[in-house]
Formats: sequence, C-alpha cells, structure tokens
Amino acid sequence: MAIEDIIKPENLVYKKPDIMNDNSMHYCPGCSHGVIHKLIAEVIEEMGLVENAIGITPVGCAVFAYNYIDIDWEEAAHGRAPAMATAIKRLRPNKLVFTYQGDGDLAAIGTAETIHACNRGESIAIIFVNNGIYGMTGGQMAPTTLEGMKTATCPYGRDVKLNGYPLKITNLLKELDGMRYVTRQSVHTAAAVRKTKKAIRKAFENCMDGKGGANIVEVVSTCSSGWKMTPEKSNKWMEENMFPAYPLGDLKDKDANI
Amino acid sequence: MAKIKGAIVVNQERCKGCRLCVVACPTNVLAMSKQVNAKGYNFAVMENEDACIGCASCGIVCPDGCITVYKTKID
Ligand SMILES: Cc1ncc(C[n+]2csc(CCOP(=O)(O)OP(=O)(O)O)c2C)c(N)n1
Ligand code: SF4
Ligand code: SF4
Ligand code: SF4
Ligand SMILES: [Mg+2]
Repeated sequence: MAIEDIIKPENLVYKKPDIMNDNSMHYCPGCSHGVIHKLIAEVIEEMGLVENAIGITPVGCAVFAYNYIDIDWEEAAHGRAPAMATAIKRLRPNKLVFTYQGDGDLAAIGTAETIHACNRGESIAIIFVNNGIYGMTGGQMAPTTLEGMKTATCPYGRDVKLNGYPLKITNLLKELDGMRYVTRQSVHTAAAVRKTKKAIRKAFENCMDGKGGANIVEVVSTCSSGWKMTPEKSNKWMEENMFPAYPLGDLKDKDANI
Repeated sequence: MAKIKGAIVVNQERCKGCRLCVVACPTNVLAMSKQVNAKGYNFAVMENEDACIGCASCGIVCPDGCITVYKTKID
C-alpha cells in the first residue's frame, strides 16, 4: 500500500493539539517542556475548556508558554504563580486555573507561595517541571539538584555539607491537609507520556468539581543544555539518577484514600 | 488476516533534530535526514516506511509536535 493511501484524514490517529499553535517554540531540542505543553493543550481540548482555562506562566524557560498554547494566561513574578492562581480562582471559581512552574521557580524563590497555596487547599493545579537545575539562566544549582550533580555553580558536584540535600518538595506538600492529589510522573517514553496525561487530566478535573483541594503533578524532566548531554543521553541519565531520588508514582490521592 | 499499516508526516521545518522520535519507534522506521532545515537541524524522516505500524509513539514523545500519524487496516 502506497503511503499516499494511508495519509488520509479518515486514518488520522495522532496530531499536535489544535490550541498548540504554529509558533516555533524557543526550547532547546528534546526539552521536556515541549511535551508537557502538548499534554496540557490536549487535556484542555479534550475537557472542552479552551474558553475557560487560565494558565499562569513562571519565570524560567517556560516564561513564554503563553506564546504556544492559545488559552488565557497571566505571567507571574518569579515564584509567585500559586499566589496569583489563588486570586484568579477565587475571583473566577468556574475557570480552570493552573500554574506551570520549574523547580527553581517553585522550590526556591516560590517555596512560601507554593506551600501556603497548597496548605489553603486552593482549587488549583500546579504543573511542576523538575529538571534539577535552573535551565533558563544557564544551568545553575537548584534546590532539587542531585547530590554530586555538576552545575555551573557547583562545578565539582553538589556537596550536601555545603548546599544541603536535594529538596523533595512534592513529598513535603503531600503532608499538607489542603493537598488533594500529589503525583510524580515523567515524559521520557510514550508510555510515561500517556500516564502523565492521565495525571494532568485528573488534576484538572479535581479543579473543576467544586470539592476543593490543591493538586500537583510533578514531571521529572530533562534539561539537555543544562546537563550538557544529548536529549537521548539525558533521558538515560534521568532514569539512572533522577528516578532513584524522585521515584515516580502517586504520593497522595484523597479521593482514593491514598 | 487484516494487517495494520501506518505512516507519518514530519513537519520538517518545525523539527529540531532531537532524535527522540527515532529512539521511541519500536520498529526502527525513523532516521535523521542528511540535509538540514532552515533552522540548521537535521530532521526526522521515514527511512523504513514499510515497517510503520502507526503506533504514534514518535508523535507522542516529540517535544515540538512535529509528527502527524496515520493508520489503516489492509485485508
Ligand atoms: C526575582 C528574580 N530572581 C531571579 C531571577 C533569575 N532567574 C530567572 S529564571 C530562574 C530560575 C529558573 O529555573 P527553573 O524555575 O528551574 O526553570 P527552568 O528554566 O529550569 O525550566 C532564575 C533564578 C529572576 N528572573 N527574577
Ligand atoms: S535550557 Fe534546559 S529547560 Fe531550558 S529550554 Fe533548554 S533544555 Fe529546556
Ligand atoms: S507511528 Fe510508531 S511505528 Fe510508525 S514511525 Fe511512529 S513510532 Fe514508528
Ligand atoms: S522528536 Fe520531533 S523534533 Fe525531535 S527529531 Fe523527532 S520530529 Fe524532530
Ligand atoms: Mg529547572
């Protein structure tokens, strides 16, 4: 069978979601941010929320997310996205309100906003992209940087005596009574991407059912530029080094008594 | 017996040559082009098109949404 006979509208099984526009994304080749953007766009489309979703972009590589997904967005000051999400959701309770934050944004400068928004049980979803580094500013150490991992500001590897331990912030958030759904996923294989999509869907549904409670989907991610590896090698390195420190799976699901 | 046949279309100008689709394909359909696109990247191409089963793994892992996947049954 000729290729032209297969490539027909009735045989379509996968395409970029419509609300992910044709602007070329500024991310480095292979960057996890792109996959996560695509999942958010897919879930919003599938839930019929294109006109009713408000995203909050961080400071970090994802600062321009609003250029790529055609929904409403607000840009927060560095780390303040959960505070802004709180205000927006309280004023517009019928909207889907979510933040999109890196590990520097969420677990360094924005730690206080993150913890308090979650502790208040705001009906928001936080998409937390943990690549263990400050990607945007050139690969400095983040709170999440692994022990021994080399970055621009710890060129000999993170020394826990000097810099403390990798901050497992999602594990901390799980303990808060305001937290409804806490999960850690990744997007390094097609199967992992499907799981992450389900997790984002669940977090977004929780935001819309009026029951309240905060939701976080951590996505353990790669930053091939910051890590100075190819995208392929980064995925392997992530499996071998990031997953033991940040194991994948659900940490809390109040609705399922987990 | 019905056989599944797939095919993909790569947006060659959008592709950044990251190779993640090449690695994700279970039937080794994909390879990188020798030519480069306007951005200077080698782009993904179907090298072994007969082997495509339309599983969409390549499209799902592509960070830049460059791949559209089609699938059909042939008797
Ligand atoms: C108030 C303030 N402090 C510091 C910075 C510099 N800065 C920009 S992005 C960033 C961290 C980005 O890291 P992360 O949140 O992990 O995002 P990534 O780029 O890795 O996705 C920092 C410290 C800033 N823009 N504003
Ligand atoms: S610096 Fe890292 S996080 Fe930022 S776009 Fe490049 S790969 Fe992605
Ligand atoms: S659809 Fe599946 S089999 Fe076809 S090229 Fe993509 S990954 Fe390979
Ligand atoms: S995954 Fe996408 S961007 Fe990367 S090489 Fe394949 S088509 Fe190009
Ligand atoms: Mg980061």
